[in-house]
Amino acid sequence: MAASRRIVLGLKVVLWLSALAPAAWCAAGYFFDWLGANPIEKLTHVTGMTALVLLLVTLAVTPFRRVTGWNPVIQLRRPLGLFAFFYVCLHFSIWMVLDLGFRLDWVWDDIKERPYITVGFTGFLILIPLAATSTRGWIRRLGKRWTKLHRGIYLAASLGVIHYYWLVKADVRLPLRLGAILAVLLAMRVAFWWSKRREKVRRAAVPAASAAAR
Amino acid sequence: MIIRRPPDIASSEITPEQVYVDRRSFIRLAAAGAAGAAMTPGSLSALGRPSRGQQVRFEDMESELGEPVNSYEEITTYNNFYEFGTGKSDPARNSGPFKPKPWTVTVEGHVAKPGEYHLEDFLAPYKLEDRVYRMRCVEAWSVVVPWRGFPLADLVKRVEPTGSAKFLELTTVVRPDEMVGQRYRVLEWPYLEGLRIDEATNPLALLVTGVYGRDLPNQNGAPLRLIVPWKYGFKGVKSIVKIRFVEEMPRNTWWAMNAREYGFFANVNPEVSHPRWSQAHERRLGELRRRETLMFNGYGEQVAHMYAGMDLHKWF
Repeated sequence: MAASRRIVLGLKVVLWLSALAPAAWCAAGYFFDWLGANPIEKLTHVTGMTALVLLLVTLAVTPFRRVTGWNPVIQLRRPLGLFAFFYVCLHFSIWMVLDLGFRLDWVWDDIKERPYITVGFTGFLILIPLAATSTRGWIRRLGKRWTKLHRGIYLAASLGVIHYYWLVKADVRLPLRLGAILAVLLAMRVAFWWSKRREKVRRAAVPAASAAAR
Repeated sequence: MIIRRPPDIASSEITPEQVYVDRRSFIRLAAAGAAGAAMTPGSLSALGRPSRGQQVRFEDMESELGEPVNSYEEITTYNNFYEFGTGKSDPARNSGPFKPKPWTVTVEGHVAKPGEYHLEDFLAPYKLEDRVYRMRCVEAWSVVVPWRGFPLADLVKRVEPTGSAKFLELTTVVRPDEMVGQRYRVLEWPYLEGLRIDEATNPLALLVTGVYGRDLPNQNGAPLRLIVPWKYGFKGVKSIVKIRFVEEMPRNTWWAMNAREYGFFANVNPEVSHPRWSQAHERRLGELRRRETLMFNGYGEQVAHMYAGMDLHKWF
């Protein structure tokens, strides 16, 4: 027990350092002018990509736990999800404040008229209540509904990948790769759910046999 | 926050005021010359050179609207040239192995004088001049660039197009060995662009061989590229090996790839929005605030007449 606690602690340190690294890189790049000829675009891309990757890593926690049976990993899920949300917020603010100069008419135009921004913005909205209810208190208060609510991340991550796919002009290889990873992570959940259901059905049908098997 | 560092200039290097004043008038003159050259094409090449014995530094140049040129670094490190990769810094990073010399250009199709030339011979008859143009990318960013080149119109005149020559088709070289981007079919290779013959003979259309007074770097389309400043940047086909005079409208690469988003004309037009980018405004590299995009990228006076009566929402 103590060993796994130490491993989780170690993983958390790694998580914090690596999740903060892109933000630190952006901040340093902005001040030291190494972001290239279009720094705002660079910041938007780096924060957006980090958000997507972190969303996928968050979604990988549960399948990892199921496959390895190593339960303590679940403690990484909340910080991962919150870091993903942190980068989504950065990404959104850089776009709205730095790129569009807080011209709300332009912001609204983009959300309304550009499908890739429409889906990206929708994904952002979906994540807000998830981040807000990530505390222990809310988990207790919402009970079963919390689990249901937090399935919203499946939709948000999908919208995030679509956002990226629609934004790319010609070279869709990377968005397709991220999409494939997401598809695998979601498919694993369906598989877990399916096997659990079959297990239940089997047990209900022949309780004696399953009891004997135990 | 540093978007662009102020240059470190020794006071001895600062341009004397008289030169500064002259420079402005010469650039205005150059712009006026370009505009008026439709009537007197011969006068064009005499203008637009940093002449009269005075040293005009390229980094001090301005457009006819008084916009300063972007830095050489900005112009040569932030490029769309998918033959070298799809990222903005890919062309600068990956174009090292590309060999723009020796180079051959073919002129063919409906012309009295077709031919295949070594680049030196191809360029020999023309007088190169420096012109400051805005370039507006379809992705809503822009730069101001001091190009060096000669009017495409001069070439058209020299090769004597026949009556059936209605369009020009310009083609980029195919060299997957030297151009890593061409090893994957992200676009149909070779890259192909086209102009209507009146667009090609518009005095603003340039065949470009240099930038900032130097030969074009590989990432900017060495050794020969097209610049049509009233159109979105993708019309400016790079590393040209073939210029064909044809009767039918050529199917340019981006149009062929996605006809809903890209057309043949691709004139800069803030009123015709693109599904991915608002075309109403743009980011000028080096600036924090976006600018409103100008109709025909600010060159309406010189080019609008070519599209009189055309529905620009349909022919985008």
